[in-house]
Amino acid sequence: MESTAADIFLQRVLGAIWPGAQTMPAWLGYSVLLLLGAALIIGWMSLLALAWTYGERRIAGLIQVRLGPNRVGPQGILQPLADGIKLLVKEDVVPAVAYRFIYTLAPLIVFVGALLPFIVLPFSERLVISNIELGLYFVLAFEAIEVIGVLMAGWAPGSKWSLYGGMRLAAQMLSYEIPMGLCALVIIILTGSVNLGEIVAWQSRDAWFMEHPWIFGWAIFRSPAALLAFVMFYVGGLAATKRAPFDLPEAESELVAGYHTEYSGMRFAFFFMAEYASMYVICALATILFLGGWHAPIPRPELAADASLMEIWSRLAAAHGAAGTGVAGKFGAFGGSLIALLTDPGALKILLHQTFGVVNLLLKTFLLYFVMIWVRWTLPRLRIDQVMYLCLKVFLPFSVACVVWALIQVVMLG
Amino acid sequence: MTLLTAPRPDTLRTEELLVNMGPQHPSTHGVLRLVVRTDGEIVREAWPQIGFLHRCFEKVAESVTYAQVTPYCDRMDYLASMNNGLAWCLAVERLGGIEVPERAAYLRVMMAELNRIASHLLAFGTYALDLGAFTPFLYGFRERELILSIFEKISGGRLLYHYPRLGGVARDLTPELAGEIRAFIAQMRRAWPEYNELLSENQIFIKRTANVGVIPAAMAVAYGLTGPCLRGSGVKFDLRRAKPYSLYERFDFDIPVGEGIKGEVGDCWDRYWVRMREIIESLRIIEQALDGLPEGEIQTKVSRTLKLPAGEVYVPCENPRGESGYYLISDGKTSPLRVKARGPSFNNLSITHALVRDVLIADVVAIVGSIDIVLGEVDR
Repeated sequence: MESTAADIFLQRVLGAIWPGAQTMPAWLGYSVLLLLGAALIIGWMSLLALAWTYGERRIAGLIQVRLGPNRVGPQGILQPLADGIKLLVKEDVVPAVAYRFIYTLAPLIVFVGALLPFIVLPFSERLVISNIELGLYFVLAFEAIEVIGVLMAGWAPGSKWSLYGGMRLAAQMLSYEIPMGLCALVIIILTGSVNLGEIVAWQSRDAWFMEHPWIFGWAIFRSPAALLAFVMFYVGGLAATKRAPFDLPEAESELVAGYHTEYSGMRFAFFFMAEYASMYVICALATILFLGGWHAPIPRPELAADASLMEIWSRLAAAHGAAGTGVAGKFGAFGGSLIALLTDPGALKILLHQTFGVVNLLLKTFLLYFVMIWVRWTLPRLRIDQVMYLCLKVFLPFSVACVVWALIQVVMLG
Repeated sequence: MTLLTAPRPDTLRTEELLVNMGPQHPSTHGVLRLVVRTDGEIVREAWPQIGFLHRCFEKVAESVTYAQVTPYCDRMDYLASMNNGLAWCLAVERLGGIEVPERAAYLRVMMAELNRIASHLLAFGTYALDLGAFTPFLYGFRERELILSIFEKISGGRLLYHYPRLGGVARDLTPELAGEIRAFIAQMRRAWPEYNELLSENQIFIKRTANVGVIPAAMAVAYGLTGPCLRGSGVKFDLRRAKPYSLYERFDFDIPVGEGIKGEVGDCWDRYWVRMREIIESLRIIEQALDGLPEGEIQTKVSRTLKLPAGEVYVPCENPRGESGYYLISDGKTSPLRVKARGPSFNNLSITHALVRDVLIADVVAIVGSIDIVLGEVDR
């Protein structure tokens, strides 16, 4: 039987803790890995949501000449935990007229829709749960699944305000999805790939007659089409995450709370966390597609070019079946990295290199995240017809123009 | 053709939806209830339903003394207590022929104008809130806080002041407080351009308010609109100039009117902009009042059980929201025979039904917000 990362993980890592793991049947081992991966995603997502609810409130405080939460824990950093506990222990209220099944299902679909893109979102070359070929499609598709959940949430409680929220989101989604998809298409045309790792790798390859173009290798600096597409993608992303000035589906002053009017406690928390998670997904995706992913604006330490380290890496990767197929292959790269770290001293350097990439990616992502917060606490809300006008009559022609430009660039200029 | 257009029983059916907006709704400024007939996002018709905050002010006024009515008036338009109290005192003083010392009149003007600014700042903030921008609200509160602390020092209250009294005012202005008011004027002048950068000149804000809820001048007059709502439609009418009271004729100030800078004359942006410019004009009045503040008494002797001669009186005052006044009938006893309060919000609100026709839900909020009502005064 082929030795996969999963097997090695079970034998070496788990086996070291609990010898019984070495004789564990394969299906059980995979299940353990599966759960581990899921726990990792949920953990990361929850951490993001918690940290950024706090971050957002402090930044909002800064913008609004006030303090923000500063009572629970030092500088109020435990505030999100306190809020979380509050939401957990709240009474679960279901309206009497609600369609109970859909009502219960809606927040879960929203949550899962926000969760799944994390599977394919890479943090660096090697740090990705599953590096599937259709990564970009996967992310965009599951971002759209969230909308179905919101529509269900709008319909199920039997509240008119919820219904309006759901209706608005439907109209909004039809508006922003098309230009956003076209903006992503620009990158697909330029890179010739929908694999997120490949898209980032393309952005470090020679451009502008330089072998190491660094910042100039980023998509936005390679093509004016990509620059324009980035702006539209980001603004579309604001609409996709229902953030101001596109927070119409939950417009407080108009629709009370829109689609989550009738949700409370943990059900509401699911919507809330999903919003923050999908904000991260949009920002990370924008970084990966347009801002060079994990490539730094200044050159990274030349670890990548270090032959010996690359040798160690490829040896380890091969040994641990990082490129393996089958169920374990899905976790291969990640499992391989983990095992490499735990078993080989040379891998530490690689880890440092990868960490540097992760830091790069997160810095850029969080910069975009910060801008989202900044925009939210500065701008008034648009009207639904203005959103549709902006997306369909302004962004759509421009994004088509970007696609045409990208085609010309690829075909004519090579 | 008939096959395509004739309604079939199995096709999707659309219907209009009757929605209750309020009284527990984030943007109805208190307990206003709007019954809204909607067709999708479009609001076909809206009927304002009022009365949730009715406290029988007019009836209560018949059974208490004239002096005791004064604090009740504070609770009419609770965002402009100074102006309300002033309107009541002026009515009683005119009927009773009570002379108010000049210093007291100046202090009343000063406080009324400070209250006007505080009220307009709140209108600015809540209007931004209605349109989805949270931050201007807190900016408005930052400056409003300075006014409230001035009010607290001179009257003891932060919302309901009971400062104008029959025949004068409650407390005198100390030099320190005068300095504080001057500091506020400077601070307000600094902050004003900030507000405009943040909201007035914001493209989204302009797109949301310009050409929305247009009230032509004739319509504004016909519905009895007063205050910024009337002036926003381009009618240059201000009671402080038209029928001066409390020595307003001595002060020099402009009357801003809607000019249709961003859209049509009389749209939401114009009404908003009139309020913003009135802040600056009020600052000018306060400055003049501080400079020309005469020395002397602040209170004439008024009997506790004041008896007014039989008769009727009505003194209209320019409140932040428009014409406010108390129609007072006395039969010579210690309490009024009948009081009728004219609150500007009530009349201004009456245009809602005519204005909210075939607009989007978001526009309803923008229109009602631009009228700037206070339910305490509508329901009294």
